[in-house]
Amino acid sequence: MSNTVEIRWHGRGGQGAKTAALLLADVAFKMDKHVQGFPEYGPERMGAPITAFNRISDSQIRVHSNIYNPDYVVVVDETLLHTVDVTKGLKDTGAILINTENTADDLMPYLNGYKGKVYTINAREVCMKTLGKYFPNTPMLAAIVKISGIIEQEAFLREMENSLSHKFAKKPEVLDGNMKALKMAFKEVR
Amino acid sequence: MSTKNRMSGNEALGEAIRQINPDVMPAFPITPSTEVPQFVSNMIANGQVDTEFIPVESEHSAMSAAMGSEAAGARTITATSSCGLALMWEVLYVAASSRLPLAMCVVNRGLTGPLNINAEHSDSMGARDSGWLQIYAENNQEVYDNMLMAYRIAEHKDVRLPIMICQDGFITSHAVENIMLEDDEPIRKFVGTYEPEHYLLNADEPMAMGPYANSPFCMEAKRAQVQGMMNAKQVILDVAKEYAKISGREYGLYEGYRLGDAEYVLVCIGSACGTIKDAVDRMRESGVKAGLLKVRVFRPFPGEEFAKALENAKAVAVMDRAESYTGHGGPLGAELMAAMYRNKNKAEAINVIYGLSGRDLTVEMVCGLYDQLADIAVNGTKGREYQYLGLRE
Repeated sequence: MSNTVEIRWHGRGGQGAKTAALLLADVAFKMDKHVQGFPEYGPERMGAPITAFNRISDSQIRVHSNIYNPDYVVVVDETLLHTVDVTKGLKDTGAILINTENTADDLMPYLNGYKGKVYTINAREVCMKTLGKYFPNTPMLAAIVKISGIIEQEAFLREMENSLSHKFAKKPEVLDGNMKALKMAFKEVR
Repeated sequence: MSTKNRMSGNEALGEAIRQINPDVMPAFPITPSTEVPQFVSNMIANGQVDTEFIPVESEHSAMSAAMGSEAAGARTITATSSCGLALMWEVLYVAASSRLPLAMCVVNRGLTGPLNINAEHSDSMGARDSGWLQIYAENNQEVYDNMLMAYRIAEHKDVRLPIMICQDGFITSHAVENIMLEDDEPIRKFVGTYEPEHYLLNADEPMAMGPYANSPFCMEAKRAQVQGMMNAKQVILDVAKEYAKISGREYGLYEGYRLGDAEYVLVCIGSACGTIKDAVDRMRESGVKAGLLKVRVFRPFPGEEFAKALENAKAVAVMDRAESYTGHGGPLGAELMAAMYRNKNKAEAINVIYGLSGRDLTVEMVCGLYDQLADIAVNGTKGREYQYLGLRE
């Protein structure tokens, strides 16, 4: 169990937090990891707070409970900071990643005295500059890969290019935009 | 050859169904099993299977159409959950007593009241006396493997009963995990073609299906039906052995995890067994002889085998993800304890209700239960015979 990295995603229904968790599971699987990616289903609807989870490990994962003491938390929508206790159970040795225009210092009052590392990224800006549309899960995925170090960055980009070029074979502009978003997110996360 | 992949439990069902390529699928969508007919519909549209899909107006119709096509001689599949299964109720019994070996993917979800979409076994446990075979899965791998073995068991001439392939809604049905998939060729050979001995579309043998039978015949028909259920135990083991030759994964009626020398044993069904295995390892590290008996086959009920496997235990907790409203315990608790009594087991035994409507079960909660069993082994059950785990005070 000790080699298992646990990640909790907070987003709003429709923003793709669940998709991001499944994408991360996918990429990690391709790096020969054992993975779990699963959402918690509540009263699912557009805009409602949702939670999704990842376990990534070098050995078989058997546990089937939710994650209460994650190594990392990803907040896809910063308005959730006002209503959800996003740092609950988060390990001080881990980190939280927040999609925001603000700095980490600005957000500290909402983090319940969290002592671990706080990372921010302006995913909207990354999206608008690279995709022209707001799909925050692409930059958030790159940012958590960088912060957690669970996958080597170059290998991650190679794998994403592979799967996206397959998925968007007829829309090369979507592939380019997404690859730019991933690379820009690597630089922009702070 | 086995190939590494990753997918959800429902996707695993889709993959197994693609390889089986059943003749007919009548289905009506209901969460969390909706993806199953959805995947099959996609595969039909893509020409990957030549299954005839029948969109029906309700689950009662789904089961009726499934019965009809199976009786006609076609290998038939359907899928459902929760209230969908409840609406099939009447026809479940008819399918079983007509000895129709159709298969149904049950993605377990609580029956309504209050309305809830999450994992619970009340749907299939409610149907436990309908005469269907029931096999449960811990993870997506077992969902896939169980589905591939389903028809070989159900269609066996000594069995001839319908089969439910059960998995926990959302917990495995919608969770992406690693899985090993088998090649199409050996699987198709293993599953084989359905060659019914008697069927309605056989012009050379006109027959009645589901006729009226009054008291001179009914009891004998039911006894014969039970015989099929009893025979299924050996057939399940034989089919598992044959499947293991292809996959390398062998299955029994139950799985014992660190059970041999275990003093404190949990007996459980479904996805929670994975969580319990982690708890067993943790307890063992601190010197507590913890173990798990994972129930894989619930119908037929291998009570004798379970009770014998529990002979060395000092204290046993039987875990039920369904309430029977008897004020006395859940369905697995009732049946297993009856079997332990018949086998003259010496262990103290309690019945624990957990995970209703998707309430989470954690490793820590399970460890607490093992601590309790250690105390019960010394001090007796003392009012703890029937209890709720994870209930908010």
